[in-house]
Amino acid sequence: MIKTDILIIGAGPTGLFAVFEAGLLKLKCHILDSLPQPGGQLSELYPKKPIYDIPGFPEVLAGDLVNNLMEQIKQFEPGFTLGERAETIEKQEDGSFIVTSNKGKKFQASVVAIAGGLGSFEPRKPLIEDIEFYENKGVKYFIKNPEKFRNKRVVIAGGGDSALDWSVFLSNVASEVTLIHRRNEFRGALDSVEKVQELKNAGKIKMITPGEVVGLNGAEHLESIDVDINGAHRNIPTDYFIPLFGLTPKLGPIANWGLEIERNAIKVNNALDYQTNIPGIFAIGDVNTYPGKLKLILCGFHEATLMCQAAYQIINPGKKYLMKYTTVSGIDGFDGTRKEAPKAVVKAID
Amino acid sequence: MTQDVTIKITDREGITHEVQAPTDMNMNVMELVCAYELAPEGTIGLCGGMAMCASCQCYVLNQVDLPERNEDEEAMLSEAFNVKDNSRLGCQIYITNALEGLEIALAPES
Ligand SMILES: Cc1cc2nc3c(=O)[nH]c(=O)nc-3n(C[C@H](O)[C@H](O)[C@H](O)COP(=O)(O)OP(=O)(O)OC[C@H]3O[C@@H](n4cnc5c(N)ncnc54)[C@H](O)[C@@H]3O)c2cc1C
Ligand code: FES
Repeated sequence: MIKTDILIIGAGPTGLFAVFEAGLLKLKCHILDSLPQPGGQLSELYPKKPIYDIPGFPEVLAGDLVNNLMEQIKQFEPGFTLGERAETIEKQEDGSFIVTSNKGKKFQASVVAIAGGLGSFEPRKPLIEDIEFYENKGVKYFIKNPEKFRNKRVVIAGGGDSALDWSVFLSNVASEVTLIHRRNEFRGALDSVEKVQELKNAGKIKMITPGEVVGLNGAEHLESIDVDINGAHRNIPTDYFIPLFGLTPKLGPIANWGLEIERNAIKVNNALDYQTNIPGIFAIGDVNTYPGKLKLILCGFHEATLMCQAAYQIINPGKKYLMKYTTVSGIDGFDGTRKEAPKAVVKAID
Repeated sequence: MTQDVTIKITDREGITHEVQAPTDMNMNVMELVCAYELAPEGTIGLCGGMAMCASCQCYVLNQVDLPERNEDEEAMLSEAFNVKDNSRLGCQIYITNALEGLEIALAPES
């Protein structure tokens, strides 16, 4: 069990910045995110695109903003559990919460801050009959351990970077790689497209374009797929089918936590501290809603800041504290580092 | 003064709404649907209008002179689900005077 002061669900900009504000109040944070990397929408959807409305940054690439946030919070030593989704929450007698991930990992915290954005990113599943039956029986939406595919036949579907990149990678591992896409054009980095072309020419990747997987067959495990090629159906024997059609955010299990939900977002008290209807659980950033809500990064930063003040009161009831300016008081990291403004020189002039 | 155009949008429940769309606010059809709250938040415009998610897919129901699909739109539609010949991405269609009288239906959520 991982114990911490504030468990933050979501490593988007809001969740990351909350670590900083909590750190100023000497509160420790642990962050849980279902994606393998921090940054939320910025890393998953637009890492190379510029943002123009971060105060003080006339222009900043989304990926750079995430890197800067990671640098800014480093001295507060947040714990990270990536690639796991928060699944359930239970309130304990002592008022703390235990959150359990989809992999069974448990986290205990006095305060839970949901910074889940538009939700946890889940694979987009193609509309093929019985596809759910074959999940874990030959249908995979993620590739976690490529060794699983060693000397197996693999069919990949999709037209973007991940379909291209995994086709290239698996062509050295699998006994047979077939890439299927609804048209001949692929949208991906130029060198990935060229690499696939080379491997196709060398007979190491089979391509079916235009083609669409329309059926899955097999008694216990996937044995073959049906592909629609210009209206005609072809059966292709395979061990694995990997549809890579990108990720889409879904509020998912958090919707069943007893929180008040409105328009796919969690209702919070915006006049005060962004607490939900369950005391001790806060919702900050894109995941919350209140009158006048705007889903912007800078609004998430503000919400995270106020949330931490309220969290401090819950974690340290009655203990006095006054908000300080970082310029004036400096920052004491949990890692022993100290940052402070250089002192003015006091020297007499003779 | 620039004029609004009238667009008919059938939501995912099958209800048709006739809405006024401003031509001078640099808005696209996805944003119009959001502004009139014709689809629940979190079910449309997920990529912010970058032709990267297809959550704004709609079917064009009448003959109106629309700009051709661009490269990104073609690429996204070739990976989307429930695609038909008259599918378009709402976020790639900007509201101009040419859209007067346009009728569209939102594609199912996927
Ligand atoms: C294309 C595009 C351009 C944008 N441009 C701008 C801009 O110019 N300026 C601006 O201010 N905003 C912009 N935005 C909006 C901005 O990205 C969001 O406001 C911001 O990402 C919200 O941050 P967040 O931390 O609240 O949530 P997110 O960034 O969505 O992060 C939430 C994280 O929570 C995780 N999560 C959710 N549920 C769970 C769970 N149950 N378990 C584990 N993890 C979970 C998700 O995986 C995700 O990583 C843009 C958005 C897009 C899509
Ligand atoms: S909003 Fe994502 S494709 Fe249009």
